[in-house]
Amino acid sequence: MSDLPLTVEVALKAVVVLAAFLSLPLAIGQTEHKVMAHMQGRLGPMEAGPHGIAQLVADGIKFVQKEDVTPAAADRWVFRLAPAVALIPYLVALAVIPWSAAWVAADVPASLLFVLAITSVGIFGTLMAGWGSGNKYSLVGGMRAGAQLVSYELPMVLAAASVAMAAGTLSLTGIAEAWSWWWLVWQLPGALVFLIAAVAELQRVPFDAPIADSEVVFGPYTEYSGLGFAFFLLAEYAGIVVMSLLFTVLFLGGWSGPWSDTLGPLWTLLKATAVAILILWLRVAWPRVREDQLQRLAWTVLVPLALVQLGLTGIGVVIWT
Amino acid sequence: MTTHREPGAMDLLRGLGKGLATTAKTLARPAHTRQYPHQEPDLPERSHGVVALLEENCTSCMLCARECPSWCIYIDSHKETIEPGPEGGRARQHNVLDRFDIDFSLCMYCGICIEVCPFDALFWAPDFAYSEGDIRNLLHDKPKLGTWMTNVPDSTLPDGYVRPGQEAARPVADAAQHDETQDGTEQAGEPDG
Repeated sequence: MSDLPLTVEVALKAVVVLAAFLSLPLAIGQTEHKVMAHMQGRLGPMEAGPHGIAQLVADGIKFVQKEDVTPAAADRWVFRLAPAVALIPYLVALAVIPWSAAWVAADVPASLLFVLAITSVGIFGTLMAGWGSGNKYSLVGGMRAGAQLVSYELPMVLAAASVAMAAGTLSLTGIAEAWSWWWLVWQLPGALVFLIAAVAELQRVPFDAPIADSEVVFGPYTEYSGLGFAFFLLAEYAGIVVMSLLFTVLFLGGWSGPWSDTLGPLWTLLKATAVAILILWLRVAWPRVREDQLQRLAWTVLVPLALVQLGLTGIGVVIWT
Repeated sequence: MTTHREPGAMDLLRGLGKGLATTAKTLARPAHTRQYPHQEPDLPERSHGVVALLEENCTSCMLCARECPSWCIYIDSHKETIEPGPEGGRARQHNVLDRFDIDFSLCMYCGICIEVCPFDALFWAPDFAYSEGDIRNLLHDKPKLGTWMTNVPDSTLPDGYVRPGQEAARPVADAAQHDETQDGTEQAGEPDG
């Protein structure tokens, strides 16, 4: 890559990241269809292509054909802009997450900080959708999402800070390279906190109170149809991809494994897929937590646990280095 | 009486674990789905799919049409005279069925018509795939109702009834015995002479 002109290299990397951004969420979506179906004793999509492999492509074609309605009461520009604001941060985040020491589109020095900052921007899309729809259910859902994000951002950042402290760097590439297997035990509380907070940030079951259909219809996404709705769905699955990759790089050592020099990216993919399937599994197995239970879990369990982890890491760093 | 206990953190974790275990077990087992249009369902032979008509047994007595709660059976008939067989006999009349229609857009599959028929002319058949693009096409006439006799299980057919084209397959003694009973019912059904 180094012998290519800078502009060509940048353009090539951008295309590769965009391709990954458009294909990986579809793969996750298809996996969710199938895993969820078989966990419920069903087959899932079977008609679009062999074993329904093209179901999400068919869904995409359907969404394009649908009428894109903007409600009369909506704040037009806020409403129209919200899906893009929800989607783009995950695309940007995907660009700095390393698949191996070489396979990273933009290796910035403080990439962990960058990823955490940019994924928090996505919530503005949800808040804008909630506010701009001119619908009380959307507003309640948007506010729930906002409150949830504020609560879970803290334990998530604390857990990530613990790993950064252990590795002595804020670079994701550096963290994954500093990782060794006994971190699985050392950083276990932090990993659990991070995983739970990630599921909450993605507004996935059991933390899907913002889109609880029996209470607030579909929360901030109630008024969306056609492509706008499809973008929000894509953002959800892109979020799962980003969070799974981030968890893999921070807590599972990223590309470390046998023959990691050549098979590195494959290890990252394998581990991230396992994490993603775990996130999908929770949706099938668990009920939704109530809004107050959700807040209590964040402030009385996760934040103290993350602080304990931070102390544990501090002691470890002082003793071993 | 058991005393109520607030579920604690361990109960919560156990419940969450049970949820994961159950779904994982289901994932490992094959799905229950039958892919219907590609794979025919395996129905019990006495499934209540459609009402079949054995036209030769119908005497146009109208009991089914009158008992039908949704008034979906339409019957028309006329009388014909049978000339006396032996010399000096009396001419008899019998009913000839002109029309026997069931409107399956009205039918609620209660089966009362089949229950009330005293002459074993109506049967449940397991056929179910007779949907139509237009609701008016669900009014089926007697030739169509007769075609469903093919799948009526043998166990529900009246004694002595021989399916068209199956006569050769029956044992001779059995067939003779059935012929006798058939004659008997015919005589009992005759008006007093």
